[in-house]
Amino acid sequence: MKRWALFIPFITFTLLGFLLWRGLYLDPKDIPSALVDKPFPEFSLPTLIGEELKTQSSLEGEVTLVNVWGTWCISCKVEHPFLVELAERGVRIIGVNYKDENDAARKWLVDLGNPYEYSVDDVDGTLSMDLGVTGAPETFFVDAKGVIRYKHQGVITQGTWAPLEKIWLSLVDESKQAVNP
Amino acid sequence: MMKYSVLLLSFFFSQWSLGIVGGHEYVFDDGDEVQNETRAQLFEKLAVELRCPKCQNQNLADSNAMIAGDLRRELYEQVKSGNDGESIINFMVDRYGEFVLYRPKMNTMTYVLWFGPVALLLVGLVCLVFIVRKRKQNNALTDDFSQEQQKRLNELLEKDKGDDHV
Repeated sequence: MKRWALFIPFITFTLLGFLLWRGLYLDPKDIPSALVDKPFPEFSLPTLIGEELKTQSSLEGEVTLVNVWGTWCISCKVEHPFLVELAERGVRIIGVNYKDENDAARKWLVDLGNPYEYSVDDVDGTLSMDLGVTGAPETFFVDAKGVIRYKHQGVITQGTWAPLEKIWLSLVDESKQAVNP
Repeated sequence: MMKYSVLLLSFFFSQWSLGIVGGHEYVFDDGDEVQNETRAQLFEKLAVELRCPKCQNQNLADSNAMIAGDLRRELYEQVKSGNDGESIINFMVDRYGEFVLYRPKMNTMTYVLWFGPVALLLVGLVCLVFIVRKRKQNNALTDDFSQEQQKRLNELLEKDKGDDHV
């Protein structure tokens, strides 16, 4: 047998070892969203406050963060103050109130501040199912044409905003260029 | 016992079928007898084959996450009203991605997954055949050597015997 062939098991072992070692540092919860680069799903839901009917076309015209939240969701309480801050800075945020009790949700917005231009009442979770939501909070970055461009799972806080801000700014730039090319 | 015998009786005398998933009974009664039975079976099959998008290593039947409950209900409604398996699977994939499939679709992304094991098995078999053949060849060589040399060896031994008395 040729001498180099003796190294085949060693090389195989090294390659396999490297693959498994890489695997240790991958996040199994990091599932790519099926909806990125697709238009925001159609919906027709009443707003939480005022019960005005809204559809997907109300998202268009401006870059929007669509934030899925609920009063039963503890992490939503964690990110809420930062969402209020973002709204004050001029980020347009629309809420999807996911399988929640309306009174509790309205009280939450009164007590903690309301960062949302409006929240739609997704009491059956139909819109959330069309969005492929697996839990709250989840935030969708929707461009001015109403296309989902990015999905963030988990809280948005000061700590996690930096990379997200880049995405948001690039979308804002894009929408400005579309207006004045 | 009473409950079960009533259930069993009603099963024989009616046209609906039961699908049992995660210890719960689901009634299928929108179609005729045959349709209901195939739908119940489809429901049981898909509840095991679809993966809960939240809980990583559980299927829809096993998981008690909120989203799994919602998706079980959606699956039940869709199967009950007569949607076929493929359209339901597409519905799930459009929303949650191919992650939800415990039986992944065959495409360029999953070729390695589907054919990798078979390819490795083939490589192993080829190596095995190669090694076995080589060994046989080596054995044959030593056999030839001993046959050819045997006569000479005997002669030498014979000659050696003759010189013994010196």
